This record gives sequence, C-alpha cells and structure tokens, in this order.
Amino acid sequence: MPITKDDVLKIAELARLELTPEESESFTVQLDAILGYIDKLDELDTREVAPMSHSTTASGDTEYSRRDDVARPSLGQQSAVANAPDSEAGYFKVPKVIGN
Amino acid sequence: MREKYEPVIGLEIHAQLKTESKIFCGCSTRFGDTPNGNTCPVCLGLPGALPVLNREVLRKATRAALALHLHINHESIFSRKNYFYPDLPKGYQISQYDRPFSEHGWVEIPTSERNATGQAIEWRMKRFGITRLHLEEDAGKSLHEGMAESATKSYVDLNRSGTPLAEIVSEPDFRSSWEAYDYVQFLRRTLLYVEVCDGNLEEGNFRCDANVSVRLKGAEKFGTRTELKNLNSFRFLQKAIEYEIDRQIEVLEAGGRITQETRLWNEREAKTVLMRSKEDAHDYRYFPEPDLPPLLISEAFIQAQREVMPELPEARRRRFVAEYGLSFDDAAQLTDSKGLADYFEAVVKASGNAKAAANWMLNELVRELNHSGKSINDSPVTAEALAAMIEMIDNQTISGKMGKDVLIEMYQSGKAAKEVVEALGGAQISDVEQIRAMVEQVVAGNAKQVEAYRGGKTTLFGFFVGQTLKASGGKANPQIVNQVLKEMLDS
Repeated sequence: MPITKDDVLKIAELARLELTPEESESFTVQLDAILGYIDKLDELDTREVAPMSHSTTASGDTEYSRRDDVARPSLGQQSAVANAPDSEAGYFKVPKVIGN
Repeated sequence: MREKYEPVIGLEIHAQLKTESKIFCGCSTRFGDTPNGNTCPVCLGLPGALPVLNREVLRKATRAALALHLHINHESIFSRKNYFYPDLPKGYQISQYDRPFSEHGWVEIPTSERNATGQAIEWRMKRFGITRLHLEEDAGKSLHEGMAESATKSYVDLNRSGTPLAEIVSEPDFRSSWEAYDYVQFLRRTLLYVEVCDGNLEEGNFRCDANVSVRLKGAEKFGTRTELKNLNSFRFLQKAIEYEIDRQIEVLEAGGRITQETRLWNEREAKTVLMRSKEDAHDYRYFPEPDLPPLLISEAFIQAQREVMPELPEARRRRFVAEYGLSFDDAAQLTDSKGLADYFEAVVKASGNAKAAANWMLNELVRELNHSGKSINDSPVTAEALAAMIEMIDNQTISGKMGKDVLIEMYQSGKAAKEVVEALGGAQISDVEQIRAMVEQVVAGNAKQVEAYRGGKTTLFGFFVGQTLKASGGKANPQIVNQVLKEMLDS
C-alpha cells in the first residue's frame, strides 16, 4: 500500500510538525521507499513463527527487572523545574491549555 | 417517549493502586506535597531515563483482578499511547493495549432503581461483565485557574505523573443510571476491601468515565455513544448519565442524529457540555513499549495473592446473616467497610452477643462516629471496650438505658465502661436484699395506696415501681423491683 501525501500530512499533524510543501513531497517519496523495503519481509513464510513484540524475549523478564516498592528521594522541586523554559512557584508554566 | 428507548451504558474506572512509590520509579506517591517535589528523570520524561516496574503494583493488581473474577494473563505487554498534552511529559503514556493484564471478569451485585426521594424501590441481583483490568501510569495535573498568569498560562505539577493506575473497563451492560451508580459504589467498596485502593474521590484516586447511548427497545444494534467525563462524585455520575439519556432521546425524537463526542458534566448548570467531537478524536498509535519486557505473571504468584485475599463484602454479608442471625439490612450496613465488619466481629468475639453488638454499633456508635466525622478505625471506643460494656448489660450490672449514657461518655472520654459507670454514680442495683429494703420503705410510707391496691386497684402497681426507682436514684434493676413488689404486695 503506497504512502500518500495525505498520510504524511496526517502523521506530521499528529507529531505536531510543520512541513513545507517541498518537505511533504519528498517525505512522501522517502517514507514510501522505506515501507516498500519493509514489505519485502512479507515474502517470508512466518506461519510457524510466534510474533515478537520485544527484542528481549519473554523469558528475559525475571524478578530482576522489577523493583521493590520503596520511595527514594526525588530530585526536588528546584531541580525539577530548573531547566524549564518557564516556571512559577514550583510549577512548570506552559501556554494556556483548555479542555483536553 | 422515554419508554420507547433503552439506554446502554459502559463504565471506565481509573483506580490508583495503593503504593509507596510510583509505578516505574522510586518517587513518592504522597498526595498534596509541594508541586513537582516528587519527581525524577523517569516521571519527568527526561531523555535516557528508563522505567522499572514496581513489584507491589503487580500484587495489588492481582488482588483487584481476583476480586472481579478476571482472568489474569500469564503474559501481557505494556504499550505506548501517544498524545500531546503538557501534563504528559514523555508525549506518551505507558499503558496496556492489545494484551492487557487481565480480561473477562464479572461482578454480581445488588441494584435497584430509586424513587423521587432517592429511596431504593426493589433490590435485585444483577451480573455485569468486566472486559478488562489493565495497568498504566497516571499523568500529571494541570492547573488552569488561580495563579498569577492563569489568564494566559497553565501550570503543571508532575507529582502525579507515574502514579500506578488500574483501568477497569466494563461491558456495556448497564441499562440505567442507577445500575451504573450501584456498580461504581460496589467496585469502590470492593477495592477498599482488598486493600488495593484508597477510593478517595477528592484526591482523584478513584475516577470514572461513562459511555452512554440509547436505542429503540428491541433493537439489536447499539446507538451512537457519547463519552462523559468529569464525573467526580457518584451522584454526578448518576445525574450526568440521566441527563445524557434524556438529551439523546430528545435529539432522536426531533429527527436528529447523535454524534460521537466527549462531553463534560457541568454541575452548576446541571448538564453535559461538548468537550470535543470525533473529528479531533485522538489517534493514539499504540505500539509495544520497548523499554519494558513482556510482563510475566506466574500461577504461583497469583496463588500467593489468592491466599492473602480477605473475604469479599458480598460473601461476608451472607455469612453475617447465616452465622449471627442478622437481618439483610444490618448485615449490609456492617459489611459496608472492612473496618466496620472487622470491628463487629471483634465485638462479637469478646462479648459473645452478636445481636447486641450489631444494635449498639448501628444505633449508637455509627451515629457518634458520623457526628465527629470519624471512621470506625479511629473510634475512641475500641471493640474490646464496647464488648465490655455489652457484658455489663448482659450480667445486669447496668441497664440498657444506662448503657446509652455510658457509651456516649466512653466515646467522649475514651474511658473504659467500668470507670464510666463508677463515675456516673455506680452500677445498677440488682441485689435483691437491697431492693427489698427499699420496697419495704415504699410500702410502709404509702399505706393508703397499699390498701387501695389490695382492694383491687391494681393499676397502682406502676406507682410503687416508680416510687421504688425514685428511692434508688434510678439505679434499681426494674425487673427485680417488679418481682419484689409482686411478692410483697400480692402476698
């Protein structure tokens, strides 16, 4: 299924990216080529292979990949907002958002 | 008009799982701390930070799932739910999607419609399906009002970011707002019982959204649904659903169509208002979270949690009826919270009198607790202290009537029943010889009345009882007074 310019515009919108008309043209061609390459995988017969969602296999999840429920010191308010472009009274300050 | 239609309602509940630290980092989950004080690179979404799953979340989630008869998947996976909002610092929420923690559950609960004054009409048992319970992290909190530049800015506190949540999705099985109301109440109580959630609506650790549609009775297909948010009390939930059912029917009757949209409950205007329509609905682009391995839950792990599960409220209510001979209503009230039910059983164990324990708790103690805004866990009168008082009544040291004053004094002073009784001027007089002496005096001092009584005016009996009690300062045991008077007057 080829990638259309509409797909690119939608993805850009979802990713909050602003594209020039030239960029949307060239990304359409590029994304189509990349997905076309991945389509090659369809040629493989994978009927006998279980789907894999992670590079670490399921058996890699042991008790060691979990932590005990112990609260540790946090960064603290000052450090937390130190690098924020804008803050006040320990809050991050962002352009007004209403609703969701 | 309303009779032609059938409402179809589904509910989504977000319950905060009770833990010390967040789901993927060691920051505290404490409510009300200084803004952004409980944050670290993981819950701030700083580059390179990696999540590590909190074990306790799995224990609590397992208990919640077992209480709701859910099947726990031995392998589930975390997924990223992508959307932009300032209180979601990573730009995605770690949640679960196509392979959730648990699925295919149900509850069977008492439910009833209500009359105009809010009284239940007729309780019946109904089963509601639970589609899934999955794990996810909470987002932060946005403040839109009350700060210096609130007109143009929003303020973000990320202390809640990364707090563990169980999202519990029901089947669209509810056919009225009261069914939905009874279900969320039941669910909250159950989660409190198995001690996995504090269920505090004000602190947002139990939140509810509703999906509502209507269809003509007998129709197979569901109508178009709307999603209701901002339902931050059980009453709001019920009112919002009721309003939405009426609104949808009105639109349909006027020949209109329902559009799929999200609506907010506005309590001040008592109506739902549009928040966003489907056109700007989210496209979350879920994909497996590469930073977390698949979540494996062994049968042994589930079994360990099954063994520490307390008795659930419905089962306990039935047992209270069967074992202690309580009425359905009394048993329901006493099993309303685990604390109350535990207290009751402690009183029964210490006093051996279940009926009295239920009566004193429901008629007197609960009222005092409500008065002072305390929960049973903070009761100044311990279960053992109440049991000691009940024993004093049972062995006739004090009268039942006196018990009420004694209990109130115990509640206010925190003193034991025995101390209070002594301070109030001594115990009830049940000693027959002592009472006989009083009765003799009364009889001697009222010769005329005695004569009239013996002459057939038996209604005077009450007069003698009254005089004797008065002489004893109200402390004589009335039953024994009766008995002694009968002996002396009728002989």
